[in-house]
Amino acid sequence: MAELELRHISKSFREQAVLRDISLRVPNGSFTILLGPSGCGKSTLLRIIAGLEVQTAGQVLIDGNEVDHLPPAERDIAMVFQQYALYPHLSVRENLAFALKMRRAPRHVIDDRIAEAAQLLEIQPLLDRKPKDLSGGQRQRVAMGRAIVRKPKLFLFDEPLSNLDAQLRTSMRIELKKLQQRLQATMIYVTHDQVEAMTLGDRIVVIEGGRIRQADDPQRAYSAPADPFVASFIGTPPMNLWEGTLEAQGTNARFHAGGLMLTLPAQVRSALPPHPSTLTLGIRPEDISLENVPRSLPVEATVELIEDLGADLLIHCRVDQVKLVARAYRHTGISTGGKIRLFLPVNKLHAFLDQRRVDLPPITVS
Amino acid sequence: MKGRLLLATGILATVGLSLLPFLWFVLTSFKSQTEIEAAPPAWWPSGSLEFYRAALFDHHLFNYAWNSALVAGSTTLLALLFAIPAAYALARLTVPGKQGILALLLCVSMFPQMAIAGPIWRLLDSLGGLNQRWGLVLPYVALTLPLAIWILASFFKELPPELEDAARVDGCGPWSILFRITLPLATPGIFTAAILILIYAWNEFFFALLILTQPEQQTLPVGIALFQGEFTMPWGELAAASVVATLPLIGVVLLCQRWIVSGLSAGAVKG
Repeated sequence: MAELELRHISKSFREQAVLRDISLRVPNGSFTILLGPSGCGKSTLLRIIAGLEVQTAGQVLIDGNEVDHLPPAERDIAMVFQQYALYPHLSVRENLAFALKMRRAPRHVIDDRIAEAAQLLEIQPLLDRKPKDLSGGQRQRVAMGRAIVRKPKLFLFDEPLSNLDAQLRTSMRIELKKLQQRLQATMIYVTHDQVEAMTLGDRIVVIEGGRIRQADDPQRAYSAPADPFVASFIGTPPMNLWEGTLEAQGTNARFHAGGLMLTLPAQVRSALPPHPSTLTLGIRPEDISLENVPRSLPVEATVELIEDLGADLLIHCRVDQVKLVARAYRHTGISTGGKIRLFLPVNKLHAFLDQRRVDLPPITVS
Repeated sequence: MKGRLLLATGILATVGLSLLPFLWFVLTSFKSQTEIEAAPPAWWPSGSLEFYRAALFDHHLFNYAWNSALVAGSTTLLALLFAIPAAYALARLTVPGKQGILALLLCVSMFPQMAIAGPIWRLLDSLGGLNQRWGLVLPYVALTLPLAIWILASFFKELPPELEDAARVDGCGPWSILFRITLPLATPGIFTAAILILIYAWNEFFFALLILTQPEQQTLPVGIALFQGEFTMPWGELAAASVVATLPLIGVVLLCQRWIVSGLSAGAVKG
């Protein structure tokens, strides 16, 4: 168990900046998720923490000590790789023992640790098999076991579940969460899957274009995204986002985006700039209501497509040229091609000015 | 169906054609002197072992075989000893001008033997390597290195780099990664390279003839080629000796075949 601190980490590959000025503190016992689209630099950041890659600038500190000059082996970290990276010529037992043997741990310590990890992961019957005789899920467990036996200060996971099929991924996700709670270990987990990020982490660090866009607890990242990228990246289907212009209209403000027109009440306007300006407005599909709720803005839309997900429906609509997705929980006589009235609760709106979130004041009277 | 028949015929014809000279030598080796000189030729031998006795004992074949084994064996070991670290470095480590080095290696192996025979002879002369078995091993190692490095480098490149990352996190330096992870997984490549080097060194004639002039040190190809007959070319002895010289090579290849199985790295990464 340990605390990790990154100070102004930058990394370039041949003039190409991959990471720009990343500063981050991962407290002891935290399960921190590095979330971002592929190519955003999150795996590079993990490799820099591991010592497999050297940063162009900045420092990595573990428990307050700078570790930049230390090779991976001396940083006391364990890493689980996307492709498992089990040693194919060694049995499961030898795979688990490998790192301990390299550290010249005494025989009985190795045996105890293997027995412990094997029991925790329920892989005792597999100990004498070779990796090629294991299923994907079993290989995944062995890969985790190899990290657990080390009792490292820090666990690093590089998209460990992305090679499993959907069902197995869900069950491994739950097991991983339980494992983290049991070990009380500091874990850093890289993924591009926002569901994994939301369910596993107690902290999400959204990375895009080599920069940290938001570092927050999962609920806040969902309910108060720091910028339009985070807003659209977290949540399925993504948040509806419209880029438009804002104009004064008496004491109110009017928002235009294509054919979509919303009149924002005076209280909202006071949080926004007084002059005409460009603004990005967003609302999550599940926040859009089909019934008239208090303090909401009505919108007339044409239904283009209805996706029935079983538990709920996704209604893809269009207002003039502007697209809009709403989530509804039952079929209310909506049909494709028909007109529909949607209500956008003012308090559920997200506003972004110059790519930054603007917190709107809560509206209490309509 | 017709295509498969055609394919089978083609394969049989090719195999038959390439084996024909060897088959004829095998048949000849079991003939007697009169059968060899018979006209029209006697197709089927009587099964005489006289030529084998003559080749082995009168022509000191064991002596040549021993020399060949020494030279080919040490060539293989030495070439691998140098090729393995070189190939690993070229495949995996950051070496400036990596591609250039690999291309240069390929160019080096393109020189015709005649062009380098003189310089090699002079070099060995000044080193005192003429008429020494190690004097033959030296150019053999140099000549087989490019091929060995190319084969090994391409095998090392195929191994998933994640395995090496895992090994580094687990506490391995470059040398222990090479010996504990890369080499065990590259066994098929190592055996492939070893067999090709062995075959080259076992069969090489030109440099062996140039460098070793004493019969006590000569290798099989030269020794057999220089068999002396009293009045005629000793075809029967030549045939018998050639068969004997080929057998160890076939044996080694068959023995090593079970190591040259690919797919050994299966299970390392997602299968």
